[in-house]
Amino acid sequence: MSLIETVDLCQRYDERDVLKRINLKVDKGEVFALIGPTGAGKTTLLRLIDLLETPASGRIYFDGIDITESGRLRFESRRRMAFVLQKPVVFNISVYDNIAYGLRWRGKKSGDIREKVNSILEVVSLTPYKNRNARTLSGGEAQRVAIARAIAIEPEVLLLDEPTANLDPVSIAKTEQLISHIIRQYGTTIIMATHDMSQGQRLADRIGVLIDGELLQIGDSREVFNLPRSREVAELVGIENIIDGVITSSEEGIATIDVGGIIIEAVSNHPTGERISVCIRPEDITLAVSKPASSARNSLSGK
Amino acid sequence: MTEIGQGFIKALELIVSLDAEVMEIVGRSLRISVASCLLASLISIPIASLIHFHRFPGKRFLISLIQTFFSLPTVAVGLFVFVLFSRAGPLGGLNLVFTPTVMVIGQMILITPILLGLTISALSGVDKAIVDTARSLGASGFQTALVVLREARYAVLAALIMGFGRAISEVGIALMVGGNIRGFTKVITTAISLETSKGDLELSIALGIILLLIALVINIALNRIQQR
Repeated sequence: MSLIETVDLCQRYDERDVLKRINLKVDKGEVFALIGPTGAGKTTLLRLIDLLETPASGRIYFDGIDITESGRLRFESRRRMAFVLQKPVVFNISVYDNIAYGLRWRGKKSGDIREKVNSILEVVSLTPYKNRNARTLSGGEAQRVAIARAIAIEPEVLLLDEPTANLDPVSIAKTEQLISHIIRQYGTTIIMATHDMSQGQRLADRIGVLIDGELLQIGDSREVFNLPRSREVAELVGIENIIDGVITSSEEGIATIDVGGIIIEAVSNHPTGERISVCIRPEDITLAVSKPASSARNSLSGK
Repeated sequence: MTEIGQGFIKALELIVSLDAEVMEIVGRSLRISVASCLLASLISIPIASLIHFHRFPGKRFLISLIQTFFSLPTVAVGLFVFVLFSRAGPLGGLNLVFTPTVMVIGQMILITPILLGLTISALSGVDKAIVDTARSLGASGFQTALVVLREARYAVLAALIMGFGRAISEVGIALMVGGNIRGFTKVITTAISLETSKGDLELSIALGIILLLIALVINIALNRIQQR
């Protein structure tokens, strides 16, 4: 059974559809990345999953239970998750107290809190800053406090919204290392939003492509990056050569395609007559001065 | 001119020698205004939080109304409290008129709108992401409110100091419901007002200087807090 499931989830702001019928299942222990351009609705989806907002329509299931409406269930479920916002805000108190807050709210004993916070401080390499006011930290350090604060409560689901946006390359590497550590060490279910495709590829088990409020494709990174199911996804995953054409014949998994009078072949199960887009990654093209003798299926002359 | 000059020198002598009457009046002023300020904050901070954290029709109007009461005339509050607590008034049976207690109540009424309004704007000044962060870390509604209040603590403290400044410098309420009774309800402002009319400039100037010093200390504290 999925730990998180959304069914036909929609959200509207001022008569504008921000999310359109999102159906998503994330399993326990899975790392799921939501990729999409800015403004696609990634943050809104994370906010809905963390129950910070109520959806316009649709249902959200947590561990098999419908938690969409009941205030008590929403609060209890929210306590089993943690959300690291895109722009991390730290409370205007010490680093230690920032990390301890979530544990205090759950009525944990002060001895246990001390032990937990000190061990987390080690994990995020912030022990020397323990007593400093968190507002005096750099962006990367504040991000680590925000992540530390979230993992201190040992959430079953960790939601990360663009965890490395606005960070310098060194901080990005440190934050990614920290996320990998959390994945290995705690086996936490993670749903992260990112516009950095390669980050999604590096960290996630599965990727969901969210464009303009619609979840256009879900799959592992190989599927999403090599077999995009639509032109929008192909453009998003960085395929620059996208040519429209029609399948003129299809036999044994090989389709012959007419692209503006030029005939090419591709591995495909699409039926004859279907209008499709052909995506060619620049790194898959070999340039040669004279026609080479190779097993390449398509060979075109150009200037 | 010489009279004023001499009055000034004698006033300084009164301050430097820690004159018993001057100290007694200043002490009472501070006690009454601190008490009114604490009571007003006990009322204002929870109510301001309720107003800030809830959505209801007429919220904006209510806030405008509260802000209008920032400039409540002290004599109007004095009159209201006097009518309320005078022998024939609805609370006349409590026998509180011309006591420090009723002065505290009067000043509390005067500064409650200031504390309310400034606390609401202090809470509004807290980044909305703080609320989301607290909730996402599992804070209940009440715990979230405490976090926001804690984030706004310097602005709330500044509001408290503003309220204190208004309370200690007002004269209308203290005079009307306190009555300037020597050794009982005489405070800095009422003493200045009445001693001057009696021609005792030394005491008035001494108290005036002290009141200015208190204002100066308040302003320095306020500036320091606002810089945080």
